[in-house]
Amino acid sequence: MDQFLAFTVVGLSTAAVYAVIGTGLVVTHATTGVFNFAHGAAGMLSAFAYWQLAVGWGWPVPLALAFVLLVLAPAFGLFVERVLMRPVQALGEAERLVMTVALLTGCIALARWVWDPNTARPLTPFLADRPALRLGPAAVTWHQAITMAVALAIAAALWVLLHRTRAGTEMRASVDDRALAGLTGADPLRATRLAWVLGIQLAAVGGILIAPAVALDAQQLSLLIVSAYTAAVFGRLRSLPLTFLGALVVGLLEAYLAGYLPQNDYLPGLRLAAPALLLFLALLAFPHRRLRGRDRTPVRVPLPTVRGSLLLAGTVVLFALVLVTVLAEDDLLSYGTLFPLGVIALSFVPLAGYTGQISLCQLSIAGIGAVVWGHLGAHGELWALPVAMLVTAAVGALIALPALRLSGIYLALGTAAFAVVLDRWIFTLPAFDVLGVRITFFDQGSVTVSGPDLFGLRLTSPSQLLVLSAVCLALASVGVAALRRGRFGRRLIALRDSEAAYATLGGRLLVTKTAVFALSAGIAGLGGALYGMQLQTVTADQFNLIAGLPIFLIAVIGGLGAVGTGLFTGIAFVLPAQLMSGLGSWVHDVTALLVALAGMGLAHSPSGVLAQMRAEWAPLGRNRPLLCGLLGVLGVCWLLAALDVANGWLLLAIALVTALLLRVRAAAAQRPPTDIPPEWWGVRRPWRSEDGEVLSRATIAAG
Amino acid sequence: MSGPLLELDGIRAAHGGITVLHGVNLAVEEGRVVALLGPNGAGKTTLLSVAAGVHPPSAGRLLLGGRDATGIHPRDLARAGVCLVPQGRGVFPNLSVRDNLRMMTFTGRTHEEIEEIAYARFPVLGTRRAQPAGTLSGGEQQMLALARGIVTDPAVLLLDELSMGLAPLVVAELYELVADIARQGVAVLVVEQFAAAVLKIADHAAVLARGRVQWQGHPDSSLHAELSSYYLGSPI
Amino acid sequence: MPPLLRAEEITVSFGGRRALDGVSLTAEAGRVTGLIGPNGAGKSTLFDVVCGLRRPRTGRIRLDGRDITREGPARRARRGMSRTFQHLELFGRLSVRDNLLVAAELGPGRRHAARTADAVLARLGLTGVADDAADALPTGLARLVEVGRALVLGPRVLLLDEPAAGQDAEETRRFAALLRSLADEGTAVLLVEHDMSLVMSVCDEVHVLDLGAVVASGPPSRVQTDETVLTAYLGEVRP
Repeated sequence: MDQFLAFTVVGLSTAAVYAVIGTGLVVTHATTGVFNFAHGAAGMLSAFAYWQLAVGWGWPVPLALAFVLLVLAPAFGLFVERVLMRPVQALGEAERLVMTVALLTGCIALARWVWDPNTARPLTPFLADRPALRLGPAAVTWHQAITMAVALAIAAALWVLLHRTRAGTEMRASVDDRALAGLTGADPLRATRLAWVLGIQLAAVGGILIAPAVALDAQQLSLLIVSAYTAAVFGRLRSLPLTFLGALVVGLLEAYLAGYLPQNDYLPGLRLAAPALLLFLALLAFPHRRLRGRDRTPVRVPLPTVRGSLLLAGTVVLFALVLVTVLAEDDLLSYGTLFPLGVIALSFVPLAGYTGQISLCQLSIAGIGAVVWGHLGAHGELWALPVAMLVTAAVGALIALPALRLSGIYLALGTAAFAVVLDRWIFTLPAFDVLGVRITFFDQGSVTVSGPDLFGLRLTSPSQLLVLSAVCLALASVGVAALRRGRFGRRLIALRDSEAAYATLGGRLLVTKTAVFALSAGIAGLGGALYGMQLQTVTADQFNLIAGLPIFLIAVIGGLGAVGTGLFTGIAFVLPAQLMSGLGSWVHDVTALLVALAGMGLAHSPSGVLAQMRAEWAPLGRNRPLLCGLLGVLGVCWLLAALDVANGWLLLAIALVTALLLRVRAAAAQRPPTDIPPEWWGVRRPWRSEDGEVLSRATIAAG
Repeated sequence: MSGPLLELDGIRAAHGGITVLHGVNLAVEEGRVVALLGPNGAGKTTLLSVAAGVHPPSAGRLLLGGRDATGIHPRDLARAGVCLVPQGRGVFPNLSVRDNLRMMTFTGRTHEEIEEIAYARFPVLGTRRAQPAGTLSGGEQQMLALARGIVTDPAVLLLDELSMGLAPLVVAELYELVADIARQGVAVLVVEQFAAAVLKIADHAAVLARGRVQWQGHPDSSLHAELSSYYLGSPI
Repeated sequence: MPPLLRAEEITVSFGGRRALDGVSLTAEAGRVTGLIGPNGAGKSTLFDVVCGLRRPRTGRIRLDGRDITREGPARRARRGMSRTFQHLELFGRLSVRDNLLVAAELGPGRRHAARTADAVLARLGLTGVADDAADALPTGLARLVEVGRALVLGPRVLLLDEPAAGQDAEETRRFAALLRSLADEGTAVLLVEHDMSLVMSVCDEVHVLDLGAVVASGPPSRVQTDETVLTAYLGEVRP
């Protein structure tokens, strides 16, 4: 009984933290419509800032607290509102989601860069020197008591704010009917700002309260928040009392699981994964109001030509050959990951690009692919590769079933929860038997992965594996492009644009959605197997949720609808980090931060940079003499590098500069006729017979 | 009296590339109720939005007290006394009656004053002040929307489809209240698809169809035939 | 012989409010059946029930006398039912031609989908905009594309929800001719429309819906002069 009480006290104080954080999430989401994936990361940054002030610089605790909660947190909230969210407010839900995912990645990278993760940073609980309070048989530390008191005080203060002040009334009014609130003199911007400030402040309070109980670790603290997300989903992202209730359920559940779960090899992970599992279940159990309203600026899905996709495939293989001949053996392994990662990124294209379903667990699925291949293909058995793809496709189909009920942020949240369940529990399981089949994941350690046996030719050297990955990426790219041109691709886009119309035309939603989830999971599984081969040994860490976010972000930057996104993501993810890897260990964090910043910036051009790049390079592609010149220069550079006669950096620079110069030249040489504004048609260029029709259609469209 | 308070002069307006109003002229004088009738899709709501400054006209002028008010920001129009009660219950369903009224303190009145005015005119709201507006009956919600309008002391009141989804008796009662408001010197422009109720209190009626005023004048029996042909097509 | 489509005693409630209250009506092959009534009368809700997007609380939908109430929308589409939407539901990211192609590939003519789609484009005079993105079209044209998409399935029952909104007088006249020719080919057309001149000129029979119930039915000439219908539109008629 005493033990039970002790667990209850622990559970209640954890629940208090979750309640505070979850409340912040709900306040922001309900008022602004933005689900802040970086909410936990904001709490994490606040905890670090508090440590820096109170411990690092020795400020008095009250001063440090006041500075973080009253200056830094509000400033951060206002920054997020003004700089990140306002520009994408008019865009779709997906863009806002990408923004907060970028913010999450950026916060983690920033924290790891500023505060070296290898140094321990203990935070003492509040009033740790005082003896614990005794309530009958139970002992309550002062920190726990303060945590609970703070949660109750915040609940009371929020009630007063929302029900007794004009500003709070305005916030609730904006939740009810934003347009009407604007009509009746309320300032929607003020309500939005207030919601962001409040939300971040609450995240900060939660982060500071929970940090002493766990290690001050950027990744762990940001993810701890999954529990708070679960609480918020209990409140359906609207109701504060229900959020408190949800926090209570999650907090107590965690404490009792910690106390009463039998000690064996299979269950400790379950305790860690419980909040995510609960989040997944809560998402499925609660009815969600379907988010109405279509994207105001739908992102076009480019239609690749046969020639274009073959050209892309050729480029991929050629690029691989260049790398193989130019790079040293050691570098081949690290650079080589760009092709498998490209394949994983390509798996976003049919799913997110064509169908509009955002999945954040593609890298985790790739992890399954790597493990299956690692175990079944240990001696290079080629049949194991399609089996790995089939297994991952089956996992994808499994995810599709709940996905039918979820959309938008709820799907993103559900797949994120799935990824967390995988890496906290499933991937940590030791081997077990199901119906006589032995199932092994990472064997509580690492798995050795070797190359396949291609009809007697065993691929083992880095250069062979690299070329294999590149060929796979090329084939997958051509396949995805063919998909877009064909019947299935049309159906996917149709399904995304209107599920109602698709169903009333005789389309089966369940079949189509399951198919696309399975397909994209299969691609990710292939990528995972190749990634494993390149890495040689894989651990669960390499496939967790946080590791997958930058890949998602870069794929968004490239443009989820473009087939070239695979190659683009591989290059953008691997090359900068590798090129600068000599400079120090901070490079990794800085590149992650750059990715995040690019994600924030590029939410402004939702169709991605690839479309833009294509437009910029197209003139050069059409200009035969200049193109031949460029290819010649590139060929010579390649030859010199391959023979190792000149410095590689110098040659790279020459190749890049030549390419850019020729691009400018080609653009100048061939002014595309559309550049002449319509009012000059017939003046600066001859009037064509079709111009009249073009103009009249343009005026109709512009209205 | 010095001319109409609200005047729409040659208003043209478009929605998504399609012109829905082709030059509409309409005037509302102080203390009078003008009913704007017509079948669905005739452009009635668009015209009201133009009058409230929410929808910019592509041509024509909006005159307020004889002065050109075209292109003025809706919030400034609201402060100048133009009040729009939008279609479909202009209330916040999860806010209490009191909080709904509290949202109108931007006019400078304290919320005690606002509540006093509102409850004096609509006593039933006073008895429900702590209830969430969403739990009120349809008629009471519409009264609350009206109350939110009149506490701003409007010179011009623009009402869009007050009767939507309400029983005929409730509608009649609501329009009696509207008539009361007009008698205190407010210019009222009412858009209504269900003509009968509003015609009992209207001083002037206009029928809008296919983006043009097809008929206007004093509401009498000739109007009935007009309406029937616009709503149901001319008899074959 | 039973009527092609029959809705029997359909009742639908939204949060306690009856949106449809025991509505029964039929649509016969080769006839255009009009469905009119003021805003909020329940016309679009009835369409959702008929095509299977919404389950009624009580009542049945019969096609050829067979009860299809429990079948989903895809199943009903394969039985020969197709519809358009009051709030456009085009596949905006696809070209006009691809919009029709998606439907053709799902329909009975999937073997020669491209030919089916092109034939419908030509019939509706949409060949000129076939390669335009669907979401770039003006409303009137976009509605016509939705009609085309529904026609590609070669439906026996065609449900049209305000197809003529946003069309000018000339376009409406051509559209009326199209509806007549569809009916002559044996299609059962159910038409919700606010343009009364269109309804009254093409419909064989008109049902008037008010506050979730059918208040009058009959040929256009009778409905037009029916006092209950006028009451539905105008409220209580002035004495």
